[in-house]
Amino acid sequence: MNWRTEWRPLALIALVFSALYFLPAGLLPDWGAAGEALKLAQWYAREHVLTCLIPAFLIAGAIAVFVSKASVMRYLGAGAGKAVAYSVAAVSGSILAVCSCTVLPLFAGIYRMGAGLGPACAFLYSGPAINVLAIILTARVLGAQLGVARAVGAVVFSVVIGLAMHLIFRREEQAKAAAQAALPQPETARPLWQTALYFAAMVAVLVFVNWADPGAGAAQFWAAMFSYKWLLTAIAAAALGIILLLWFGLKWWKILLIAGHTVMLLYVIGTSPYLAFVAAELIFVVALLRSGGELREWLRESWTLTRQIMPLLFIGVLAAGLLLGQPGGRGLIPPEWIATCVGGNGLGANLFAAVVGALMYFATLTEVPILEGLLANGMGQGPALALLLAGPALSLPNMLVIAGVLGWKKTGVFVALVVTMATISGLIYGSIIG
Amino acid sequence: MKELKVLGPGCPRCNQLAAAVDMAARQLGIEYELTKVTDIGEITGFGVMLTPALVIDGEVAFQGKVPTPDELKEIIG
Repeated sequence: MNWRTEWRPLALIALVFSALYFLPAGLLPDWGAAGEALKLAQWYAREHVLTCLIPAFLIAGAIAVFVSKASVMRYLGAGAGKAVAYSVAAVSGSILAVCSCTVLPLFAGIYRMGAGLGPACAFLYSGPAINVLAIILTARVLGAQLGVARAVGAVVFSVVIGLAMHLIFRREEQAKAAAQAALPQPETARPLWQTALYFAAMVAVLVFVNWADPGAGAAQFWAAMFSYKWLLTAIAAAALGIILLLWFGLKWWKILLIAGHTVMLLYVIGTSPYLAFVAAELIFVVALLRSGGELREWLRESWTLTRQIMPLLFIGVLAAGLLLGQPGGRGLIPPEWIATCVGGNGLGANLFAAVVGALMYFATLTEVPILEGLLANGMGQGPALALLLAGPALSLPNMLVIAGVLGWKKTGVFVALVVTMATISGLIYGSIIG
Repeated sequence: MKELKVLGPGCPRCNQLAAAVDMAARQLGIEYELTKVTDIGEITGFGVMLTPALVIDGEVAFQGKVPTPDELKEIIG
């Protein structure tokens, strides 16, 4: 990180965040829809940024640095077996598409130099939807059910779409580009199981710290998990510390410093576990900043993603609040309109959501606050999933790029397949959830 | 005279790489010409799938990452 250029965006993000976080809700001006937008932004700042978004950005940054992309790309090359190519294309978006702008070059590469049209289309459909940041925020804000449905729906239907594209156009197997794919050199710094444990520990911290109160009447197991959430978070964090110490070269005194501060805050000063967690998180980020090599690289990637996505998400939250209101509030768009267009779980509502999603451009993650507003205003669960599936995969601007690669005929068929599949998934999910 | 090409469709990381390459080449004091390639067809023409990537005199030096300034100097120099 180059401090001379990076301190401005960092200071700006920190300033806007603290203003929203610390301003008492009663002091927020009551400006009708604009007030709703501020309240929604405050809710995001207080509920989602510290425990969900920051850990999620760290995980996404870690994927960019520590997961060998070359080892994944081997399975998408020209010589890869068909079954393998389709399955890898369907799930590899979570590793390869951390930044949404990498999706299109990869898609073009798989099509022209790699496994061909089918796997390329499967990747294009699932890639943006199973991006880790998108899944984490969907599950956190819109509920675990919709988060899981989004991931599963994207993976399953991407294979269906890929196979359909392959079958429809099997006669015109295009001439492969002369260029041979220059696969990046695999960089193996440590065995796979160590990297896997490292990610497992990080995901465990994220999951436990965000464990929601299941409410009265929930099954005993979920309630018990909730009452032990901070203990479980601490155990996962300790495991992460040991992993970083043993295999990633984080200095032992830095880990002791974090652990010591946490214990002191909890047992000497007696703060809430939440405050202790936030403090530990901040010290951890500083510890990474003061480290060298991979660890610093990890922080740099996480910061690049944060700087890129946070402003867009902030604008998305404000727009969602302005147009749709915070949950229970009222924005500029009358709720009756939304109930008419995408209420219930009928065919019309699902199709409408899928078509709108396919045409509209959503900046990374902004689909989440927008959908939250729509759901609060009477959108059905089925259409919500349809929008989530068709939304990030397609937009008018990226259709132009896709057409440049595939030609208009194939692009048209792909768009039609995406809309159809998103509609069908919405119908199925809506009829299950009700 | 080195011909440096930064490949990428115009995402923040591609701009980051272009700036870093420019700085590294200037610090090395070599003669160079830096261009940005944003067209997807042209990018795949180099055999590159992971952006951002750096092409030096027609050869792909690396792809899918933004190296540190020191690494970059070694690669370009």
